[in-house]
Amino acid sequence: MNKTVNQKAWFLVLPVLVLVAFSAVIPLMTVVNYSVQDTFGNNQFFWAGLEWFEEMLRDERMWNALQRQLMFSAIILAIEVPLGVFIALNMPKGGFWASFCLVLMSLPLLIPWNVVGTIWQIFGRVDIGLLGHTLDALGIDYNYTQNIFAAWATIVVMDVWHWTSLVALLAYAGLKSIPDAYYQAAKIDQASRWKVFRYIELPKMMGVLMIAILLRFMDSFMIYTEPFVVTGGGPGNATTLLSIDLVKMALGQFDLGPAAAFSIMYFLVILLISWVFYTVMTNLDKKGM
Amino acid sequence: MEWMAWTWPTAIFFMVIASLLITFTILAIKFPETPRVGILRIETTRGDRLFITLLGSAFINLAWLGLVGPDTQPWAMAVCLVWAAAVFRWV
Repeated sequence: MNKTVNQKAWFLVLPVLVLVAFSAVIPLMTVVNYSVQDTFGNNQFFWAGLEWFEEMLRDERMWNALQRQLMFSAIILAIEVPLGVFIALNMPKGGFWASFCLVLMSLPLLIPWNVVGTIWQIFGRVDIGLLGHTLDALGIDYNYTQNIFAAWATIVVMDVWHWTSLVALLAYAGLKSIPDAYYQAAKIDQASRWKVFRYIELPKMMGVLMIAILLRFMDSFMIYTEPFVVTGGGPGNATTLLSIDLVKMALGQFDLGPAAAFSIMYFLVILLISWVFYTVMTNLDKKGM
Repeated sequence: MEWMAWTWPTAIFFMVIASLLITFTILAIKFPETPRVGILRIETTRGDRLFITLLGSAFINLAWLGLVGPDTQPWAMAVCLVWAAAVFRWV
């Protein structure tokens, strides 16, 4: 059978292109322009060349923020992915309770970021918050405004509370798509629960799990609102993640040039990691996983 | 356009990228190709290889700037050319 080749369908992509141009490409071009210039406001710019890039590459403040950011993403991925899979494995497979669980799981996903931040900020307060007050009553020294460990624990637990559902829902969708025949075959072979998970469920879930990891990585790497509302980057700079530091630099100090130069590096890191994930995902697809 | 704070070097930078994209689009339409598997063990088309080249070049330039310094930056572009040739030949 001859396939018809009609490239005109590409015109249907035009509206998206225009939208993306206005919301992403043009602002990104402006950031590139800022990154090689200096400004004192009033829309007056002076050529600075590669100076900001050089300065940022040697800036310890930014390297520290990057380290904290990578640590944050690694911690939340290490918790959310196994936990999400575990929850998905234990969710009811059908009937009323399955729907009930699905609705319950989606609830945190529906709450706006700043509200999540506010909820946890109040929840963790020692004077009026349930969590903070309880921990204090138990004799645990918990104060996220002064104690670095408490601040980190709060933002990590908050992110886990907010986003584990996403991983669980995606993993659940992956599990539901496995035909019964696989389980029957495993039963005939008397496979253990672990082997069913390792050789049937995990490989079949791999595709959606990769999407979950990619989404969670990108989102956590760009996280701003929630930790900003809860800790404001403190105590000291302990929870100042990349985007918080960037906003401080760009809007607080009005150092548009250095902030733009760092934004570009930040963007390149995200682009690289997303590309690696995407490539791995499409290759898994081709292998039929 | 004034609010975008254009400079000639950045304008040329974007024009080069835009013309690369246009060239590769035309190439893809005029001379369709089948993806091939290179040393990365992944299927790549010409477009993929261009993307890898550009992304790699950005990191090469940054690494050069951080490790060697800005005075010899044009040499980083020479490394990028070698990188591009290697990507298009083997990836």
